[in-house]
Amino acid sequence: MSAAILFWSISIAQLFLVAAMGCCVTRMVRGPRAQDRVLGFDALYVCAMLLLLTFGIRTGSTLYFEAALVISLLGFVSTIALAKFLMRGEVIE
Amino acid sequence: MTHATDIPVWAALLIGFFLLIGSGLTLLGTIGMLRFGSFYERVHAPTLGTTWGTGGILLASIICFTVLQSRPVVHELLIAIFITVTTPVSLMLLARSALYRDRTENAEAVPPFEAVTPAAGVKPEIR
Repeated sequence: MSAAILFWSISIAQLFLVAAMGCCVTRMVRGPRAQDRVLGFDALYVCAMLLLLTFGIRTGSTLYFEAALVISLLGFVSTIALAKFLMRGEVIE
Repeated sequence: MTHATDIPVWAALLIGFFLLIGSGLTLLGTIGMLRFGSFYERVHAPTLGTTWGTGGILLASIICFTVLQSRPVVHELLIAIFITVTTPVSLMLLARSALYRDRTENAEAVPPFEAVTPAAGVKPEIR
């Protein structure tokens, strides 16, 4: 019973998250300006981090947690760097 | 899914509920990001995924591992704190840079440089 509940809810959640990543990629490809693409990238790494967490629940191992933490750290730094680049034209001045 | 038989039904129901809430809100946020008209509307939408989207899935993960290991497992709080702190910073910086780019191009939808409080004595393009 609980196995079926877990299996179906995790499958539907992963389907939703993959669809969300598809929306982000569409915004990255279509985005009329550079800041739209950066925004799509920002949402994309959040969705990837959540997808890794659902894989962790599915397999029952805490290994995926470290990967999700690293993704959120690096994604924040890259978004900051890209926003800085859009404003100033260079990252480190 | 061999570990799933160790989880009682009430915990499985809670995990499924929070998983569906989190992933559904994330999907809604990205659909909003896809469908809104201008950048300044779009920048609001993905925060749905970084607040309750992340919160729901992290709560499901906390419940799952707490029940599995029979002890409080709260290391997911690290991700929650980190996402809560960093999302406003990155999105505000992105919106400021978009505003700066629109102003330098004299776009009509945004106020020009002179409209921003000349009495303050600071240059408006300062971050």
